[in-house]
Amino acid sequence: MHIQVNNAPLYCYTGGKALDAAKPTVVFIHGVLNDHSVWILQSRYFANHGWNVLALDLPGHCRSGGTPATTVEAAADVVIALLDAAGIQKAALVGHSFGSLVALEAAGRAPERVSQLVLVGTAHPMQVSPALIDASLNAPQKALDMVNVFSRSTLAPPPSALGPGTWIYGASMALGKKVLASNKEVNLFHTGFVACDSYRNGEVAMERVACPTLFVLGDVDQMTPPKAAKSLISKAKQGKVVMLPGGHHQMTETPEAMLKALVDFLQPL
Amino acid sequence: MAGYADPGFDTLALHAGATPDATGARAVPIHLTTSFVFESSEHAASLFNLERAGHVYSRISNPTNAVLEQRISALEGGVGAISVASGQAALHLCIATLMGAGSHIVASTALYGGSQNLLHYTLRRFGIETTFVKPGDLDAWRAAVQPNTKLFFGETVGNPGLDVLNTPEVAAIAHAAGVPLLVDSTLTSPWLVQPFTQGADLVYHSATKFLSGHGTVIGGLVVDGGSFDWDASGKFPELSAPYEGFHNMVFTEEASVGAFLLRARREGLRDFGACLSPHSAWLILQGIETLSLRMERHMRNTQRVVEFLAKHPLVSRVGHPMLESHPDHALAQKLLPRGAGSVFSFDIKGSRAQGKAFVEALKVFSHLANVGDCRSLVIHPASTTHFRMDDEALAKGGISQGTIRLSIGLEEADDLLDDLKRALRAAEKAEK
Repeated sequence: MHIQVNNAPLYCYTGGKALDAAKPTVVFIHGVLNDHSVWILQSRYFANHGWNVLALDLPGHCRSGGTPATTVEAAADVVIALLDAAGIQKAALVGHSFGSLVALEAAGRAPERVSQLVLVGTAHPMQVSPALIDASLNAPQKALDMVNVFSRSTLAPPPSALGPGTWIYGASMALGKKVLASNKEVNLFHTGFVACDSYRNGEVAMERVACPTLFVLGDVDQMTPPKAAKSLISKAKQGKVVMLPGGHHQMTETPEAMLKALVDFLQPL
Repeated sequence: MAGYADPGFDTLALHAGATPDATGARAVPIHLTTSFVFESSEHAASLFNLERAGHVYSRISNPTNAVLEQRISALEGGVGAISVASGQAALHLCIATLMGAGSHIVASTALYGGSQNLLHYTLRRFGIETTFVKPGDLDAWRAAVQPNTKLFFGETVGNPGLDVLNTPEVAAIAHAAGVPLLVDSTLTSPWLVQPFTQGADLVYHSATKFLSGHGTVIGGLVVDGGSFDWDASGKFPELSAPYEGFHNMVFTEEASVGAFLLRARREGLRDFGACLSPHSAWLILQGIETLSLRMERHMRNTQRVVEFLAKHPLVSRVGHPMLESHPDHALAQKLLPRGAGSVFSFDIKGSRAQGKAFVEALKVFSHLANVGDCRSLVIHPASTTHFRMDDEALAKGGISQGTIRLSIGLEEADDLLDDLKRALRAAEKAEK
């Protein structure tokens, strides 16, 4: 469904269910050069287990209109504006990679609006090497390949979003190309990486977060190594850490463990 | 980079999709089971509702088949694959997923006889029409497009004349028309060409051939490159509109890439049911493990045989793009730098009886209806694989009554040349 946010249509996948004011809401926020589809399994599960689901395409990405946010702070404002537009007072926020910073910043800006916070594959600061930032601008295909190689931890991923027989590496490459091609005016790759690299407000935001926070990390994640989340974990007042046996593709390389972590954390409201 | 995280082709051919399981088995186990036990009623419901991923019933998916599907996806550079009962089942699954009655296909004239039959005769009965065009005639591809066209289809190298498909140009014409390009890459295998890098959108294989190599199994594989924008095309409500037959799912919303695979598996395997046995999947995997080694030898032997035949006085034509005389020589050099395959045809000077004498005198080459075996093979297309085609249709496919098709295997090249020499002598002595 599309929801008008900041005068532009924002696409949200709902797991095939209509929004119901009586149900709790979970918002899934994707990372750089991703879209809602990276959360398909998790979205469908929660949509069929008593939750409203809003898995958005960030502004200017794929099915969403609007201008892409150039900072984590601006993207966080979009998430809060989405809750306003959808008439949702309070929601759980789940973000992956860049999306984890967006979720964190939103929870810091509007702590009363966030019931639970889940940061998947997170780090602070989320530094991106100058070479990769440059490649994202000048050689995006090469940069995309580098990112997917760094994100991969196995040559034998289990069945995930597209079902058995999916080659996660190829699917991630194809998705990255599609998202990049979805915006002819802005290089979403470069914009996203610069936003990650320049965000410095994570620890301040974490201190303002009022709800329980779950950190879901990959034990061999090369994009956001677990040690890079330590500063945030130390600031979380109600923090919990779940370490998954994998890399940065937590939703697709370790989908069952990912789901269990979410269910265990989100279920007892 | 190199290593486990960024492996090369040969490493993927051995490892993609497979890792030792709980038993420690290093080789891929054969999961010969129809179905898989649910952890609970809740787990069962989640699997059926696509909230969790896993195996339910082996017509839809199976762990051994999934290894094969991941492996061919990795080798082709695709997002995923579906294994099916044969190459023909693969072609049918592609077409049946993308269209129904009232649709139209533009296809190359240089096709395997079975594919030509399916398009020209069988699918017409179901209301799907095909216009055939010479693979090298780009204007003809363009001119054949109709408002109801849903698919372009060709073979990387057309059977048996080895017309080289100009994949980048044909793909560009297809995309301008808002339709995907499906390519049969059976004769080239991903070792010779990865069609997605040249613009193709869907690739299929008769895995019976080079992928297996051992001539013991029938199977097919469909790979999705994930590049075609089904929504933007506007021609595929099968993927971009709610499907009542499966949870009212809009496949392109569920899968920003790979929507084709979702419907092909959830509808195609469920309803048409042309699934691959896990045992067959395992056999194909055994072949893929040595694909690089075999393809190198296939190509080396092919070069020796082609050079021999090209100089033989009883041979009027050798149809391999490695020869400058082949019309697609330059295109093959550009698109197929590792070679244009080891299946090709040649014409014997003389009568039909002499052609028959040639085939019957061969001892190392086996006279049978297959290609891509580790053993060298020979057949007379006009009386076998293409027997339903009249002279005009044969000519469109680059075949004459005297054409002999060879599939060069892995034997000692000298033994192959000796066999051919002897058979050509027998043909020379036969009744003219």
